[in-house]
Amino acid sequence: MLLDFSPAEWQAIGLSIKVSFVATLFSLPFALSAAYALARWDFIGKQFLNGLVHLPLVLPPVVTGYLLLVVFGTRGPIGGFLQDWSLVFAFRWTGAALAAAIMAFPLMVRAIRLSLEAVDPKLEQAAATLGASRVWIFLTITLPLTVPGILAGTVLGFAKALGEFGATITFVSAIPGQTQTVPSAIYALLQVPGQENAALRLVMVSVVLAMGALLLSEVLARRAIKGMTGA
Amino acid sequence: MSLSISIQHAFADFALDVAFEAPKGLTVLYGRSGSGKSTIINAVSGLIRPHRAKISIDGQVLQDSAAGLFKSAHKRKLGYIFQDSRLFPHLTVARNLDYGARAARRSVDAMQRARVIEMLGIGNLLDRKPSALSGGEKQRVAIGRALLADPQLILADEPLSSLDAARKAEILPYFERVRDETDIPIIYVSHSANEVARLATTVIALENGKVIRKGPALDVLADPTVMPMGVSQVGAVLNVRVKAHHSDGLTELSAGHDSYFLPRLQTDIGVNLRVRLPASDVMLALGRPSGLSALNIVKGRVEAIQNTGASSAIVKVSTSAGFVLARVTQRSVTAMGLDLGVSCFAIVKTVAIASDI
Repeated sequence: MLLDFSPAEWQAIGLSIKVSFVATLFSLPFALSAAYALARWDFIGKQFLNGLVHLPLVLPPVVTGYLLLVVFGTRGPIGGFLQDWSLVFAFRWTGAALAAAIMAFPLMVRAIRLSLEAVDPKLEQAAATLGASRVWIFLTITLPLTVPGILAGTVLGFAKALGEFGATITFVSAIPGQTQTVPSAIYALLQVPGQENAALRLVMVSVVLAMGALLLSEVLARRAIKGMTGA
Repeated sequence: MSLSISIQHAFADFALDVAFEAPKGLTVLYGRSGSGKSTIINAVSGLIRPHRAKISIDGQVLQDSAAGLFKSAHKRKLGYIFQDSRLFPHLTVARNLDYGARAARRSVDAMQRARVIEMLGIGNLLDRKPSALSGGEKQRVAIGRALLADPQLILADEPLSSLDAARKAEILPYFERVRDETDIPIIYVSHSANEVARLATTVIALENGKVIRKGPALDVLADPTVMPMGVSQVGAVLNVRVKAHHSDGLTELSAGHDSYFLPRLQTDIGVNLRVRLPASDVMLALGRPSGLSALNIVKGRVEAIQNTGASSAIVKVSTSAGFVLARVTQRSVTAMGLDLGVSCFAIVKTVAIASDI
């Protein structure tokens, strides 16, 4: 049967969702900080930071994956250090999440930065004259007005993380049950003759998940805008 | 409560150098755009930091550049009413009103809140978002939000200039009520002669970053040498009292020993008003004119003559009710032999109601 998912396929789907969820969750605060710095501050090295943030978008994913392996591998400068704290990335699902997070990062920063830049600084000035401190202004004015952008960026990042393939397979390989996400499972199935049905099932799952994510982001953004302006 | 201001700030294309005191009541910073009005108000608010400044309220220092003191905007306890109301779009009217109290982690004074909401007539708007308000309603909410921030000073930066005439007329009375019903000093930026005539207790006239005249509103407005908005906007302001409503549809106003007539007002007899007499609508005559359609003819004496431009002059005439300004030609001044102390009659074509006082 076409819709008869094997346990291995369920495993890949579950793992993909877990990896994407964790990746988005952990990159969100960093994406927000980077977007804020890029949107609001002028500092030396701003263009460098901007380039660094966008690098994963333009580098071949295999290069990103290799760099991750070098830096976060068990013998890498950061990977070795983290190993002492029993946090291992190489060939674990955590590594897949790290790769997905880094690949999703530029998309999240871009969406959040755009909506931060759309917040009128005059509103923040008005809040200051009413006695609000910088932190309070950020929490009560800037952040709520950025919510549609944050939601859009998060969903976009989640979808990107679901589809991540090149960096993931380079960094953590495709170990079933450990690091084999839906895209690497599809790739593996396509290498074996007679597995077209299984591959097609996972392709359909990918399409449904991606479509669902896009629809969800649309609905959330609309709701956020409605809640914001009462229109 | 009084505000003391001294600011020197150099911009690329002009330098601001002003010093004045703003006493209780409403002080208008009056001048063209580019005269430095908005820079002054933003320096008082702390939104900009001028190079050299000493700004204090009753001895409490907001900025003293010589001593290196600068209080940031959110610690100054102000109510700033902007030209574009700047309501927070994601908050309801009620939350906008309470923003100042929440920011200061202060509980909302329910009595004061109710009073402000009643005074501004915004009780039925509380649950709405700013996008569902008209321009006039937005500005009323903005006034309320500023008042409820428990300010020691209110700043208003051309709060009516984005509104049409009908909305202006809707908002003006609320500024009068704020001026008269609270003790909070108000600094009000404007380039409108009408708003100045109607609202000002004190006028600071500005030109190219300098104070050209400061003092009580009626004195500054009756000074023919002060024309921050140009000669066409010159006009004296008089305090008058509604004396009678006549059966032919006219209302009689008494001012000193003089009477002024204008089409029926919906104002009770005995009420005090401010009227504005635009100088371009006042003529002068040496003898009491007869056979003239104008109703408002008052006796006076030439107090000052100020030539403006190549051919015209502003003549300041003292009447029993105060000063009246007339815009005449220099040729007429010579032909009539107008000079200081000469008796004359002022024929006033337009009497515009400025306000209740």
